[in-house]
Amino acid sequence: MLSVENVTSSYGRVEALHGISLHVDDGEIVTLLGANGAGKTTLLHVISGIQPITSGSIRFQGTPFERLAAHVRVALGISQVPEGRQIFAPLSVADNLRLGAWSRTDDDEDIATDLARVCTLFPALKALSEMPAGALSGGQQQMLAIGRALMAGPRLLLLDEPSMGLAPNLVDQVLAAIRALKDDGLTILLVEQNARAALAIADRAYVLETGRVTLEGTAKQIQADSRVREAYLGV
Amino acid sequence: MQRVLDSRIWPLAALAVIVVIAPLFFSSLYDYRIGALVFIFALAVVGLNLLMGFAGQVSLGHAGFLGIGAYAVAIGPTYFALPAWFSLLVGAVLSGIVAFLVGRPILKLKGHYLAVATLGFGVLVAIVLTNEADWTGGPDGMNVAHLMLFGWKVHGSDTWYWLAGATFIVGFVLAANLVDSPSGRALQAIHDSETAARMLGIDVARKKLTIFIVSAIYASVAGSYLALFDGHITPDVAGFLRSIELVAMVVLGGMGSVFGALVGAAVLVVLPQALTVFHDYEQATLGLIIMVFMIFLRRGIVPSLSAAFSGWRR
Repeated sequence: MLSVENVTSSYGRVEALHGISLHVDDGEIVTLLGANGAGKTTLLHVISGIQPITSGSIRFQGTPFERLAAHVRVALGISQVPEGRQIFAPLSVADNLRLGAWSRTDDDEDIATDLARVCTLFPALKALSEMPAGALSGGQQQMLAIGRALMAGPRLLLLDEPSMGLAPNLVDQVLAAIRALKDDGLTILLVEQNARAALAIADRAYVLETGRVTLEGTAKQIQADSRVREAYLGV
Repeated sequence: MQRVLDSRIWPLAALAVIVVIAPLFFSSLYDYRIGALVFIFALAVVGLNLLMGFAGQVSLGHAGFLGIGAYAVAIGPTYFALPAWFSLLVGAVLSGIVAFLVGRPILKLKGHYLAVATLGFGVLVAIVLTNEADWTGGPDGMNVAHLMLFGWKVHGSDTWYWLAGATFIVGFVLAANLVDSPSGRALQAIHDSETAARMLGIDVARKKLTIFIVSAIYASVAGSYLALFDGHITPDVAGFLRSIELVAMVVLGGMGSVFGALVGAAVLVVLPQALTVFHDYEQATLGLIIMVFMIFLRRGIVPSLSAAFSGWRR
């Protein structure tokens, strides 16, 4: 579905990604692990088109992707849940979800179907639909951020730190929702600091260190790796 | 009751009532003049509020568009024998084109950098209007012919009061509809988080440019009205202080409140007149009052009062 090859990207003169290659296959959950500053978020931003690419290539469903504008990529089926949620605080929950469907050109019925699906996945959102999004709790905001991204009708969902700042029981809820999305056939690229939680639901994983992929494999292999156990799982 | 209060009709009805009722309190033609000026400025402020209050992009050069509109209705009839109403349209189109050309590069800037770039634009327009004396009469300005509509000469402060009031209502309705549309929500999304807006597939650069053009056209029409109403125009119309005044009206009335535009314009047009009784201390008193407003109604008059009111009703 997605293949990233030798991608480099820089902030000014500082190169943040030094030739990253990875791929995500149909229906997989792939997770990116790594410390702060390893380049995980930058890589997601390069894939969604928020951060410009310096060299390398990105293909999504066979289409060269790296020169397309961000809004075109959304229309082609990639949507991202930003780090820190970034819901539109003054707008209502319903308006946030409506904005998620901004780039859709299919008819209102399909959008209504997706809205119903989001409400089934996150029943809390339905009850709160007229509330300003800023008044929601952290967990509800994360669900709204995911719901909003789903309203774009993506084939590939990029998730950036969905468990950040959430209480443990909410982390479980969010992870269960991600799992349910995969079971529905959605492909997911998940960036997560909570390596244990991420590896529990992922099929495969990549470990990023200072802008390079240093390790890759199935979730089981990565979980068993002694370096990962020491550095990210604290065993 | 709640339904009626929240519906879209209510602000429009209130506005129409204000326009019709206000003259009952007027004691002279001079009061009509002040009323007309309030509506003319409010028109520009509604447009600027779309840019600042909804899309979150500041402009310290919007008087530049006021100037383009004003000089269009001065130059069109004088040098090209165009009717004034047609010159107004030409000015609006020209402002739109200038906003497109200027906005494309500078709307990439954010915050203070955007503020300074727009400020530069406003100053540039004022300098051109001052220096191209052959066309504009230079610092002394030029006379503006009367507006003719369907063979009828529009003059007199009372006539202008009604014309400006009606035009403001139209501008208000268009803006309120825009705010309440998917595009309006997209603008608010950009204001709140540009990154998140881009991730949803909103073409942020294009949306910002569009609203910049719309706000420029609002200002241009207001500038044309100002020139036609006064009958004489100087480059001061495009000056830096005018731009600041427009921004102050937006902030004082309430960012992101379409109704706030009228209140902001009314306060800053009417107060200086009312304060003339203070003679030498007029400006100082005005400044003091604005400061007090902003300290106690920090989100602007309309949003602060409506928040206080709905809190009290609960």
